[in-house]
Amino acid sequence: MNAPEKKIGKPMNRVDGRQKVTGAAKYSAEYELPNMAYAVLVGSTIAKGRLTGLDTKAAERAPGVLAVITHLNAPKAPGIKPAGKDPSQPQTVGSALQVLVDDNIRFNDQPIAVVVADTLERARFAARLVQARYAAEKHLTNLEAAKPNAFLPTQAKKNPKSPTADYQRGQVDAYKTGALKLEAEYVIPTEVHHPMELQSITAHWEAPDRLTLYDKTQGTMATRRDFARQWGLPEANVKVIATFVGGAFGNALHSWPHESAAIIAAKVVNRPVKLMLTREQMFTMVGYRPHTWQKIGMSATADGKITAITHESIGQTSTYEEFTESTLGQTKMMYQSPNLTTRYRLAALDIGSPIWMRGPGEATGAFALESAMDEMAHLLNLDPLEFRMRNYTEQDPEKDRPWSSKFLKECYQAGAQRIGWNKRQLKPGALRDGEWLVGYGMGVGTFGAHRGSSKASAQLLPNGTVLLQSAVTDIGPGTGTAMTQIAADTLGLAPEKIRFEWGNSDFAQAPTQGGSAIVNTVGPAVQEACLALKDKLRELAAASNGAFATAKKEDITFTDNHLTLAGNPAARAAYADLVKQAGGTAVTVESKPSGEGQKYSMYSFSVHFAEVRVHELTGEVRVSKLVSCADAGTIVNEKTAGNQMKGGAVGGIGMALMEHAIIDDRFGRYVTKDLADYHVPVHADAPAVEVYFVNQPDPHVNALGTKGIGEIATIGVAPAIANAVFNATGKRVRELPITPDKLV
Amino acid sequence: MAMNPEPDVPAPHDENRRNFLKQSSLLTALALVPAPVVSAAEAKLDERVAESIEKVPLSLKVNGKKYKLSVEPRTTLLDLLRENLNLTGTKKGCDYGQCGACTVHVDGQRVNSCLSFAVMHDGQEITTIEGLADGDKLHPMQEAFVKHDGFQCGYCTPGQIMSAVACVREGHAGSEAEIREYMSGNICRCGAYTNIVAAIQDVKSGGQKV
Repeated sequence: MNAPEKKIGKPMNRVDGRQKVTGAAKYSAEYELPNMAYAVLVGSTIAKGRLTGLDTKAAERAPGVLAVITHLNAPKAPGIKPAGKDPSQPQTVGSALQVLVDDNIRFNDQPIAVVVADTLERARFAARLVQARYAAEKHLTNLEAAKPNAFLPTQAKKNPKSPTADYQRGQVDAYKTGALKLEAEYVIPTEVHHPMELQSITAHWEAPDRLTLYDKTQGTMATRRDFARQWGLPEANVKVIATFVGGAFGNALHSWPHESAAIIAAKVVNRPVKLMLTREQMFTMVGYRPHTWQKIGMSATADGKITAITHESIGQTSTYEEFTESTLGQTKMMYQSPNLTTRYRLAALDIGSPIWMRGPGEATGAFALESAMDEMAHLLNLDPLEFRMRNYTEQDPEKDRPWSSKFLKECYQAGAQRIGWNKRQLKPGALRDGEWLVGYGMGVGTFGAHRGSSKASAQLLPNGTVLLQSAVTDIGPGTGTAMTQIAADTLGLAPEKIRFEWGNSDFAQAPTQGGSAIVNTVGPAVQEACLALKDKLRELAAASNGAFATAKKEDITFTDNHLTLAGNPAARAAYADLVKQAGGTAVTVESKPSGEGQKYSMYSFSVHFAEVRVHELTGEVRVSKLVSCADAGTIVNEKTAGNQMKGGAVGGIGMALMEHAIIDDRFGRYVTKDLADYHVPVHADAPAVEVYFVNQPDPHVNALGTKGIGEIATIGVAPAIANAVFNATGKRVRELPITPDKLV
Repeated sequence: MAMNPEPDVPAPHDENRRNFLKQSSLLTALALVPAPVVSAAEAKLDERVAESIEKVPLSLKVNGKKYKLSVEPRTTLLDLLRENLNLTGTKKGCDYGQCGACTVHVDGQRVNSCLSFAVMHDGQEITTIEGLADGDKLHPMQEAFVKHDGFQCGYCTPGQIMSAVACVREGHAGSEAEIREYMSGNICRCGAYTNIVAAIQDVKSGGQKV
């Protein structure tokens, strides 16, 4: 029998593709449960202060209303701690802010009541009838005004080795004495994840002490842990189901007020309760990429060697949670600079907490760093690609150890060739196409190739299908498909004979989907579970056929209805018999990272090249070509991985050119309230994105050789576009988004 | 909207009249009986009152199946499909006609079902994503979306596909640029646009009947 064709690396169609194109895929607000009730949130209309009165009578009297729940009558979950007691202990995967527990208002549109009715229309109508009175206090929602009070995060105060602590190599602020120097400030506004699926949850108390949640979450186990703790329940009594998640990009990494409110509501009315946020509420209570100010100082020698970089940043957080991200991480390790200083600070505003948004802090930081690289190259009269090559790092200058793998140079070459970099002119404004000024720019991205611990389970079913289970979610990258391919190769079985089930907290433990770490982490667990299953099957088969006892794992072969051995067709063990044996075939394994992370610096790398056209009269920017190249280790599925890269690039177009959540500081409330005010890229805004993968396995991250894609797909795109705009127009825009008013 | 000729046509929704009924004579009459009885009676009455004055009869054909319904006039076509008919393939993404996730066909035209009250479609024929395939055989556009990986999370996908089918039928899929323009009402936050356009071009150039 021939060895089956390898599936890893193949552009296999998604295992859940059919469900997604037929409408059969069920998202968290789409489970049909008997006696469903609907909940709608009422939000505060002030940004800071106290509730002094609530009139809920009209809402209670409204038709179909089952309950109007406020802090005055809500049942108290036993595990809830008052919010904001210790913002230095952010529960980044828990709910830092509990709602309906007290009269404190910490941001505008904070839920102050939840109205439950028998239909959605009735709940929505009644919610409008709730009246609140407040004792308002002076709020602060403006980052510029909060900057003077910016502070070092508590984690950095406690631990000088924290990634957010001040970092120093060589001389402090050495750029100031450099011969050729640059000093510039960069700003990114608040950006909102806005997955197409509105945040939603269906909460069902199946018994007074048993809770089932159909929830939009990136981590079924984290959500389970969080709400079990809130309600003082054993974790086994809480089940979280998130089979399909309609995008998240980070905003389902945290538990949020609406989830607590829905669970309370379901408790009160003793019926399953469905709660879906409105698009407006998606701005106010489920996180965002924080408004961030940055300053870069850089010096270089006349021959283009960087001598010093200082990178400072002040990012927005809330008053009740210290949200931090790795804004300055890329600066510490990307370029060879003997002197390097970073300072990371936070400024607390009366706005809900931020949460990591795709490519999180690194994408913010890369906008400043990669813009500054372009500015310095311009000062040096050097090609920006050549400038980067002259400062290329062959080992990690931050940790002073080798890279586990780095093929960024290959990415530079492939990208430059594909975009047509040779057409780029050193002098800005030199290329045009009719009324359009044409420019080229590049931006580099990097993100840690993280790997955590994970379990996976595997078992043989009587029909010869192998069932694998993991609590991991698939928010869109194609996790289920990649795991099926990994299992197919490990078992030597056709993908059609493998069923990988995910998105259920009852399945084998897996981490929250995020940080580009899932294939790195769950992939090896699936691989090891498949090997353990083979062992188990060999043992079971050996009970009736001695040939299996001494067989090698790689000789075990799956046929239609029995297990056999390569080169020994007489050795047969029927699936029907194997599964009947005492104990069954199920195995669960745990896979942990090796210690190699201490010896090597592990990162994925990307470079993005943009060609833009800027209309000379209107200042309209069109991205006419985008090439994204990645050194992400082994590519398990070229089709889904390529798609993820293209999608990250489109997200970068939004960041560069349009995304901007605006608050009216007089009221502390967003004026961008929907997708007509807050623009995200549509079909007409995005060119066909070209993707190149080096596709070289990393020898140290895991046995698969993967490094992760999700974040590097976005990190570096915005500066590539900003740099291309400069090349086209000679105008340097240091505050995103690059809207026409900044160019005319 | 066609007027319903039946004699028992409900009066238009009138919140004041309804509250008046609830709070005046009827409740006064019940005021002397014990509270639980009052509330039980009130709840039942509430439903009956609602049924007669708040709901409107509606006949629809959805994916070839006829429905005779009684709906509140404020119910959107989107909420009717998702919450009453359990056709959850049509997605809610904004409720303002800005994202296209709720796109369905009404008498063959693409429509944002969130911007359309259900009662506006009396006697009309609705096709949702669940009605696009021919039994187990996928529609060519569905096949093409799978083949070109024209999605990631899958949430905007039903709307993209319904819109894409209409885009081809309308004759607006003549070039990549034209497709991008005529598909711009359907947002994909995962950013799968490159692959969606490729899928539409594939179907268009394949010449299959859509």
